[in-house]
This record gives sequence, C-alpha cells and structure tokens, in this order.
Amino acid sequence: MAVIEDRRPWSRRLRNLEFILGAVLTGIMVLAVLCAGLLFPDGGEGFDLTARLLPPLQSWAHPLGTDPVGRDVLARVVTGGGISLTVGFASVAGAVVLGTLAGLVAGYYRGIWDMILMRCADVQQALPFILIALTFIAILGGGIDRLIFFMVVSQWVQYARLVRGSVLSLREREFVQAAAAIGVRDHRIILDHLLPNVLGPIIILMTLNVANNILLESSLTFLGLGVDPLIPSWGGMLADGRTYVQTAWWISVFPGLAIMLTVLGLNLLGDWLRDVLDPTGKL
Amino acid sequence: MIGFVARRVALAVFVVLVVTLLVSWAIRLTGDPAIMLAQGAGSVTEEDLQRIRIALGLDRPFLVQYLGFLQGLLTGDLGRSFLGNTPVILLVGRALPATLLLAFVSLFASILLSIPLGIHAAVHKGRAVDQMIRILSLVGLSFPNFWLAMMMVLVFSIALGWLPPSGMEDAASLVMPAATMAIILTATNVRLVRTTMLETLSAQYVMVARSKGLRERVVLYKHALRNCAIPLITYIGLQFGGLVGGIVVVEQVFAWPGMGSLAFDAIAARDYPVLQAVITVLAILIVVINLAVDIAYGLVDPRIRTE
Repeated sequence: MAVIEDRRPWSRRLRNLEFILGAVLTGIMVLAVLCAGLLFPDGGEGFDLTARLLPPLQSWAHPLGTDPVGRDVLARVVTGGGISLTVGFASVAGAVVLGTLAGLVAGYYRGIWDMILMRCADVQQALPFILIALTFIAILGGGIDRLIFFMVVSQWVQYARLVRGSVLSLREREFVQAAAAIGVRDHRIILDHLLPNVLGPIIILMTLNVANNILLESSLTFLGLGVDPLIPSWGGMLADGRTYVQTAWWISVFPGLAIMLTVLGLNLLGDWLRDVLDPTGKL
Repeated sequence: MIGFVARRVALAVFVVLVVTLLVSWAIRLTGDPAIMLAQGAGSVTEEDLQRIRIALGLDRPFLVQYLGFLQGLLTGDLGRSFLGNTPVILLVGRALPATLLLAFVSLFASILLSIPLGIHAAVHKGRAVDQMIRILSLVGLSFPNFWLAMMMVLVFSIALGWLPPSGMEDAASLVMPAATMAIILTATNVRLVRTTMLETLSAQYVMVARSKGLRERVVLYKHALRNCAIPLITYIGLQFGGLVGGIVVVEQVFAWPGMGSLAFDAIAARDYPVLQAVITVLAILIVVINLAVDIAYGLVDPRIRTE
C-alpha cells in the first residue's frame, strides 16, 4: 500500500493542504466574527470625521483604511461577517432538517409523497433562487429573516432529492428488510437505520450550500434586496464602496476579499469532505 | 420515443404553469397597484381608483387575471408598463437579446477554456497540475460574481484604462461582462470536463487508439472528446438557469441593458407588469433549454428514455 501511495506524494500532500487551508480560512473567519463584539465594541459604527477615506496601512488605528464617513473598514468587515455567517448557517440548518425529513418519508413510503417531492424538484430546478428571491423580496421587502426563509423554501428540495435517492436503494438492502421483518416500527427504521447511512452526502452538500448561500446573501444585499443597508454587512459595504471605486479602492476590495476567503474556505472543506466521505463521487 | 417526448413536454408545461402562478401570486401581494399609480397625481377620489382598477383589469378575481396573463403570454401581449404605458413585450424584446448575447458569448468562452484545461487535468490525474487546476477551480467558484465584476472595472477601466466600465456600445464593452461570467462558468465546467474525460479515458477504445500508435492529441481531442460531448452538453445545458441568475446580477455592475437591468429598473419604479414579464420570460427560457437538452439526450442515448 505504502508503495502505491508514495507514487503520488503530491496528491496526498495537496489533499491535506486542502483540508488545512479550508479549516484555517473558515476557522479564522468564524473566530473573528464571533469575537467581533470584543475586538470592535462599537460594532463598526464609530466614525472619525478627521480620518475620512484614509487609505490602508497609513495608520495603526485603521489598518485597512476608512470609508467616506471615517468608519474603520476592518471593524466593519469583521462585524459585517456576522450577517453572512448567520444567513449561511441558519438557511442551511433549516433546509437540511426539512429536506432530510421529506426525503426520508418520500424514499421510504414512495407513492404520493414521492411524486409531490419530485415535482417540487422539477420546479426548483427550473427557477434559479436569485429570480424567486428578486420577485418576492422586491415586493415584500428584504431582511435577514426573509432571506433565510426564501433560501430554506428554495433549497430543501436539494437535500430531499439526495436523501430520497439513497433511501430508495437502502430500503431494498438486507439490514433494512431484516429490521422490518422482526417488526421494527417504521419511524425507528427511518431514524436508526436509514438516516445514519445518508449523513455523509448531506454533510458535503451542507458545507457547499453554506458557501453558496453566503454568496447569494451578499449578491442580494449588494443589489439592495437583502439585509438592511444600515446594518454593516459585506454585500452592503460593497454597494457603498461601488460609488467610491474610482477614488477609494480599499472600501470595495476588502469586504469582497472577506466573502471570497470565507467561501473558499468552505468550498475547500466541502471538496475535501467529498473525497473522504464520498469517494465514489455521487455528488 | 413519442411517449418520452410527450412526458418531458408535459413536465415542462407543468413547471411553466407553477412558475407563472407563483410569480402572478407574488405580484398580487404588492397591494393595490391603482393606489401606487395614483400616487403623486394630486387629489384622487375612490372613483378614480376604481376606474384605474377596471382599466388594468384588477377588479377581476385572481384566477381570471392569471388566465388572462397566460392568454397574453401565448399571444405575445404581456400588458403595458406602469411607466409611460409602453407595451412590456417591446421592453423585453429590447433587453432579451442583450442578455442572450452575454450568455452565449460567456458560455462559448468558458467551453473554449475548460475543455483543454479539463482534459489536461484528467490526463495528469492526481499530479501537481491536476491539483492546481482543482484548487484554481475552487477559487473561481468562490468569487462573488458582482465583486469579480467590480474588480475587473477597477483594474481594466480605472487603473489601466483599457476597457469601458459600462454600457453596450461596441465589442470592447462586451469583454468584461463576458469574462466575468466565463471565469465563474469555467470553474464548474473544468470539473465536468475532467470527470467525464476520466470515465472516457478508461474505455477500451482509447487503449486501442493509443496502441495503434495514434498521437496522443488525436486520441484525446478526436476519439475521447467526441464521446464526452453528449454528457458534457447535457451538464452544461442544465446549468443554464444558474448562468441566467448570474448574468442578472452582473448586468447591474456593468449597466448592461439586458433582462437583469430591466428587472431592477422595474423594481426601483415598482413597475410590476415589467418585473412579472422578465421573470416569466427568463423562467420559460430556462425550461425550454432544459427541455431541448433533455430531448436531445434522449434522442442520442436510448437508455435515458426508459428511465
């Protein structure tokens, strides 16, 4: 075995690198955001009118510079991450619970539930989330809770499909048949025997979707359809920074970098997980 | 085969019906458009409002309005804009070609980029170059599309002054919007090419082709790539929805006069007939392209039909 592995040392090293890089990026971002209140007690709202549009690396007080009202870019980037991470994790948590339950039921019982689920999947595939969100948020107004709600509504189907697919093949397997034969109740079969077997692919999809939803949230907020523009958020900072992109590049560079590095960290972790948990490449 | 096509078409019609119903219902949630239209018009009586409602057909029950919308959709009459009373179909007719141009140019550029990169990665599977391509594709997937667009403007328009920052005047103004979308698409497509190519390369005819002494380039680009083409076209076709979703956002940054810009202008002006038409037309476009890809796949690969 050792000989075979040694033939591709690069591969193994990079695979580990992928995990380390992903974990470090995600870890730093999450940690910074969790400590935002301690690091920047003013929540990125404090302004210094004598230091407006200060370029980065000019002053120790504002290492990433300041915006047009003299607010510290670093403080706002760290504080603003809270919105993105909240939306990313909360939306995925909601969708995964709903989707997994629906997928387990549809895959195990088939029939009408299965049909409803698959038709939902067809609709969901045809309409990109951003278009649904555009319509509804344009009409009902934005806000964190609505963003999360729409993400859950439009993404639970992905988990449901994934789980349904696995359950369809699992339910024919001997261990499930045996459990049913000795009289184990349906809900115990579903929760004790089927659920643990579908967790791997779910975790991978969750990681990738947290990344994806952070991107979606920032796009919508950038377009003025997401989080309240008065709350510091990455998308909102980029929308403000756009006006100053000619004169003050740093206002729009750093929040974007923050989004990219967070999403990259999660994507690296997701990719690494895919290799570890799903080597046959179903996802 | 007829049964297969009929099933797919029925499914597409069902999806279009659900989507249009959803969008029409959402538009109804806006409240009374008559009051919005009358805003700023000075003193308005209840009778005036009622006249506006009748003129817009808002006095009819929701289902009747919805059926009216469907009928209009079939006859190409999407109503009139709240602003200036322009027929919506004209606005959409002006914006759609710009969006499609951007979609196809960026898709084409991305295919040109991802085929050699993906094949290179597949041939050198597990080696340093494969891993680098993999990591780069992850980086590409992590860009917020609108930010990548802004950074392009920052570098190529503001710092270097090579390309116009916005608008749609000449070929030069197409470069940055298309490049932004192409970079993001390539990140996904490289992986698709690599995976499909890996499967193909393990086939026996590839070994035969190689052992005949054919040059590696001929084996890869003539024999293997042709056999990859069908699944690749399918995967890429199914991404069309995501591509449209991305373009809608990127158009905003470059002030590209397409469907995205039209939608955002409509949102800003609360011009709901236009918004409804944009979303409906885009959704139908996506459904039709997915349907075409599905049927084409069924035509060339009979195994799909029985599934």
